[in-house]
Amino acid sequence: MLTNSHLAGFAQGRIYAGKLKSICLPGLNCYSCPGSLGSCPVGALQAVLSSAKYQFSFYLFGFFLIIGTVLGRFVCGFLCPFGLIQDLLGRIPFPKKIRTFKGDRGLRLVKYVILAVFVILLPLFLVDAAGGGEPQFCKWICPAGTLEGGVPLLLADSVLRSAAGFLFAWKLLILGIVAALSAVVWRPFCKYLCPLGAVYSLFNGISIYRYAVDGGKCTNCGRCARVCLMSVQPQKEANHPECVRCGECKKACPAGAISSGCLGSFQAPARLAAGKNPSLPR
Amino acid sequence: MRFLQIFHNKRTFAQAALLLGGVLTLILGVVCGEVRTVLMKAIYICLECIGIG
Repeated sequence: MLTNSHLAGFAQGRIYAGKLKSICLPGLNCYSCPGSLGSCPVGALQAVLSSAKYQFSFYLFGFFLIIGTVLGRFVCGFLCPFGLIQDLLGRIPFPKKIRTFKGDRGLRLVKYVILAVFVILLPLFLVDAAGGGEPQFCKWICPAGTLEGGVPLLLADSVLRSAAGFLFAWKLLILGIVAALSAVVWRPFCKYLCPLGAVYSLFNGISIYRYAVDGGKCTNCGRCARVCLMSVQPQKEANHPECVRCGECKKACPAGAISSGCLGSFQAPARLAAGKNPSLPR
Repeated sequence: MRFLQIFHNKRTFAQAALLLGGVLTLILGVVCGEVRTVLMKAIYICLECIGIG
């Protein structure tokens, strides 16, 4: 809410254009959202890579290192506006919510392919004669940009509305599919498509904010795994790349064996601090 | 010496190294002028992002 508090922008159909926009926000927060006070890191990375001037982004690489090392996918769970929207859509009652299915694990790798192809390689190498590229992920895939930027701006601006064509229809279709799926599958975009989640997932195992399972308290009842909306098994690997730190496992654990914290807040034996429960089979 | 005890295990050392590396590369990006590129993209409506261009 705080990072999208430029409320006048929604009424005027304009985006905030102050210097704060040079700072990236941790979540997938489109910089063309009228309310946004900062930049989307995925959009910013594409902007730098598609520029003829740069082949690598030190600014964004450093940003991802810092946020990933401190928070990991906590960002996905608590700091991403598009994650929140999917979360709310997921609360819509539906007769059969799908937790996992055949091919689920394989599909989760798609977000890494999207990160490599649409966020890095295409903006870097699919360039015009002047050497400039386009933000291909934003252009062809990102439903957050359509929802946070496209819809409010087109509603407020008749000129933009008249310019909308096939691409806008395509992006609306993607947004519609993601929104509809969100009512059935918990956070489908985060699970299968989000390149930002793919980046932060690489840090989950090493992040300063982390989960730990006390092997002495854990009774292997498996309740944590049953409530996990990301289909992770916390008792086996508390800091799994897919864990978005939603905290459902902590709430569900009858033995209070799961805890979370930073650096020295875990006064625990080595097996606990490792975030893995060696008493369980892999 | 007490300060160094914080690096008692490999993970803490790796976290510190990643953070330090992150800060240094971020500063390098700022020095190279990447922030201006980000700002210039972010202060104008991104037509690709909203599905127009």
